[in-house]
Amino acid sequence: MTKDIKAGKNEWPLWEVFIRSKAGLDHKHAGSLHAADAEMAIENARDVYTRRMEGVSIWVVESKNIIASDPGESESLYEPANDKIYRHPTFYNLPEEVKYM
Amino acid sequence: MTVPTFQEHFDSLIDREVTIEPKDWMPDDYRKTLIRQISQHAHSEIIGMLPEGNWITRAPTLRRKAVLLAKVQDEAGHGLYLYSAAETLGVSRDELYEQLHSGKAKYSSIFNYPTTSWADIGAIGWLVDGAAIMNQVPLCRTSYGPYARAMVRVCKEESFHQRQGFEIMLTLAKGTEVQKKMAQDAFNRWWWPSLMMFGPPDAESPNTAQSVRWRIKRLTNDELRQKFIDVTVEQAKVLGLDMPDKDIKWNEERGHYDSGPINWEEFKNVVKGNGPCNKQRLDTRKKAWAEGEWVRDAAMAHADKRKARQQAAKAA
Repeated sequence: MTKDIKAGKNEWPLWEVFIRSKAGLDHKHAGSLHAADAEMAIENARDVYTRRMEGVSIWVVESKNIIASDPGESESLYEPANDKIYRHPTFYNLPEEVKYM
Repeated sequence: MTVPTFQEHFDSLIDREVTIEPKDWMPDDYRKTLIRQISQHAHSEIIGMLPEGNWITRAPTLRRKAVLLAKVQDEAGHGLYLYSAAETLGVSRDELYEQLHSGKAKYSSIFNYPTTSWADIGAIGWLVDGAAIMNQVPLCRTSYGPYARAMVRVCKEESFHQRQGFEIMLTLAKGTEVQKKMAQDAFNRWWWPSLMMFGPPDAESPNTAQSVRWRIKRLTNDELRQKFIDVTVEQAKVLGLDMPDKDIKWNEERGHYDSGPINWEEFKNVVKGNGPCNKQRLDTRKKAWAEGEWVRDAAMAHADKRKARQQAAKAA
């Protein structure tokens, strides 16, 4: 994913490619590529990112449509979760007798 | 509490082996060096298709032809992974192509040597891809995320390239006298340029220290070259071929093979543009790009038209 790109004037748009490697798993970002339209983006993604059967499903989205969080703001963005350790099971002490919980 | 500067924060990420991602702050020199290194690598993959493409129509069997096609297609793919990694640093694909076509950007000098016999396809896979793997494996842990992820993909695919080359060499080396001679001749011609692929000696590589610090280089040129020599000598024994370097000798004390001097004048000359095929390679590339222009434009025009038609249908 890119920011502040000085796009060439005749360049095909940039697309981000997400691939599901097998049924039951999430789509995962694989990389990006250029294509004139969505259909070509899928076909190019097949050729570029699944030459060895790496995928059973492909998503493509034009890079300009992705909104990303700002790493410079990470501290305040994730602050709400920062002090809530009681959201983790390890926060709770159980008596020894309780074997499985 | 003092607030760390951007530079201090970046340095601490590097020190803690944390990956740098596209939207993170990074020093200008880091960005520039990465763009140069990644795009040079991408260009090498793209130009690297040409010497081998030369033999696709003349591969000796259908199996060899299918394999060579798949290998060349992989190289196109590797070029694309790397170009898109470079683009995350804020440079456009068109700019990168422009730098290649104008000669401003370099690609690996090895591809400026001709492929004069079928055995060269074996030698390239075995030696050139072997040297490339040596260079690339440490880069899977490089500090810049998109680059490291691209290298993981490249390395996964590259080992088939080296094996298919070795298989060609083995078949020729175990074949008729003429075939064995072909294999030895290809080995002789590709050996020295392959050693040059690791770049100038450490003493003449002033940027190495900074690149190692940034983790965009993990081993020095000479360290990688020595590793390559050590493994290749053993592989040549399996092939029953003679090392093209008569000074190759095991050094018990160092635990490495000693080797003869490399002709760095030749290397500099090829990098400068005076190798046997520099002009031919770049001309071929520029011609392909220029002749494809109408296809790229037509595809874009078609996509725009279709989008407009869909929008009109929606509005109606």
